[in-house]
Amino acid sequence: MGRLNRCFDALRTRGRKALVPFITAGDPGPEQTPALMQALVESGADILELGVPFSDPMADGPDIQRSSERALRRGVTLRTVLDLVREFRASDTHTPIVLMGYLNPIEVMGYAVFARLGAHEIDPVFLLAPTSSEERIARICALARGFVYYVSLKGVTGSDKLDTSAVADKVRLIRRHTALPIGVGFGIKDAESAARIALISDAVVVGSALVSRIEALGNGPNLERGVRAFMKGLRAAMDGMGPGRVRESL
Amino acid sequence: MQGSVDTVSEAMADARVGDMLPDRRGHFGVYGGRFVAETLMKPLQELEDAYQRFRRDPEFVAELDADLAHYVGRPSPLYFAARWTQCLGGARIFLKREDLNHTGAHKINNTVGQALLARRMNKHRIIAETGAGQHGVATATVAARAGIECVVYMGSEDIQRQAINVYRMKLLGASVIPVESGSKTLKDALNEALRDWVTNVDSTFYIIGTVAGPHPYPMLVRDFQTVIGREARAQCQEQTGRMPDALIACVGGGSNAMGLFFPFIEDSSVALYGVEAAGAGLETGRHAASLCAGRPGVLHGNRTYLLEDINGQIIETHSISAGLDYPGVGPEHAWLKDTGRASYVAITDAEALVAFHDLTRIEGIIPALESSHALAFTAKLAPRMERERIIIVNLSGRGDKDIHTVATRAGILL
Repeated sequence: MGRLNRCFDALRTRGRKALVPFITAGDPGPEQTPALMQALVESGADILELGVPFSDPMADGPDIQRSSERALRRGVTLRTVLDLVREFRASDTHTPIVLMGYLNPIEVMGYAVFARLGAHEIDPVFLLAPTSSEERIARICALARGFVYYVSLKGVTGSDKLDTSAVADKVRLIRRHTALPIGVGFGIKDAESAARIALISDAVVVGSALVSRIEALGNGPNLERGVRAFMKGLRAAMDGMGPGRVRESL
Repeated sequence: MQGSVDTVSEAMADARVGDMLPDRRGHFGVYGGRFVAETLMKPLQELEDAYQRFRRDPEFVAELDADLAHYVGRPSPLYFAARWTQCLGGARIFLKREDLNHTGAHKINNTVGQALLARRMNKHRIIAETGAGQHGVATATVAARAGIECVVYMGSEDIQRQAINVYRMKLLGASVIPVESGSKTLKDALNEALRDWVTNVDSTFYIIGTVAGPHPYPMLVRDFQTVIGREARAQCQEQTGRMPDALIACVGGGSNAMGLFFPFIEDSSVALYGVEAAGAGLETGRHAASLCAGRPGVLHGNRTYLLEDINGQIIETHSISAGLDYPGVGPEHAWLKDTGRASYVAITDAEALVAFHDLTRIEGIIPALESSHALAFTAKLAPRMERERIIIVNLSGRGDKDIHTVATRAGILL
């Protein structure tokens, strides 16, 4: 059983939803990444989504584009990303790590090499979108492992168009086709929206909002502290304890 | 009227039965495909379905033929460049005069076709990416005529280099959005157009300007451009009584080359030459020759030859011609290269400039810098061929847009 399955099993037992922060590996610099990952886990992350920087991030909005450019300027490659994961694994063997990126760096490395360097248990996490037909949802769910990632809106990462009730409808439809946990990402930018999405899904992915904080904090002394504070706000709201708590049930 | 025999449906009937490419999933061998965000899978399928339906619809075909004849000005002449042929002292050189089309390049053949599709699909907003601005102008033109909102993405570097085309687009009523990300050129404009499309997918039709991008675009754009090759074939028969021996066209994304080559692919006696931009020279690394110096990868929705570093990051390209300044190439060219059906060569900025001046002074035709790459290779090939041989060169665009670039290189301030 993979780390993702174990993680979701444990969360279910505790009645808790997964908080999945996204950061770009090597942003602001590769030397910060393992410590940042650790800080994310300590401040409430259940799963880490790690962006593999690419020169042409077509599905990403400006925040993640810029983070990708910062990492590339620091010379981060797919190999660097795998090395950073290995470094993190020296102190944390259980937190699942999901890589998110574009095909070409893997294509160039070679799929066999990537699989060998990557891990023994790779779960392919597929994305579904508002435009996915029911027939396509069924086909994709049949192939998916770990969890299914629902892209909450028509747009790029960091968009401003989150419509919770539309997301809820689609998540219900997806549930008819899979017993896997369903994560939702894109457009979730604060404690309040994280709490709303937590009520209707199994995992909440927060990317651009976190990455833009990392950009603002830069290499400064408050980087980790700022990230922890943001994460704790999300966590508390999702667990129904924070100021962003949603009272009415959706 | 030649337009009456040159229909899209006939182009498809001409095509090889049995081994028709792309295959059902948009592949040319291992190249092509549909590598896009999940959100775009549905609109791409809808576009493919609409195209399959309308390309057999007599009303659509008749409207397209009428637009090509009366709005674009087709057929474009096949012109025997007698004086240049004499100067080079070899094969007879014919120029396919796409520079004489409305808006001054072959790009309009594709945009009139896609605009007809957009209207039938009830899309009321058109977006496009552009490098040199020729495709942007051709898109803004058809959008103006259809009364549809038009947004063109253009790298801020290219906006600097192509100020006149930017103003033309604005005169035509298009919004030109500068793209500041990445290398600020064509590839980044394509990224930004894809981001727009994923956001406004219900209302928007994306007119891609070349034979690249996710399926069905490489097929769709090729089919709309094959009018070039079908006319050239008939005109060559009519004027010389025989088939050409070689076809030469420049290749950035490769739409003018695919349009010329495609109707001749089954004729193995016709040599096909695609000419890429060698920029400052292939050995300098400052070029845009993805087929000559790149390797296969995945970008902008398809697998094809790319210019990339050892880690799979796309690298910046260099060419005097903004229209060839692209790190990828249409997947069908990748396939033609691997199968050996077409040969791909590269011409430097300096060589292209010589050809630019030669054609201007010898034939009184100012060619686009893109087309000048094809001309420069012609000047190398023709003297090596016998005098009764025939070369057709695609003169894909006129050079008015480039006179600032040429003057600047010569140290002249206009």
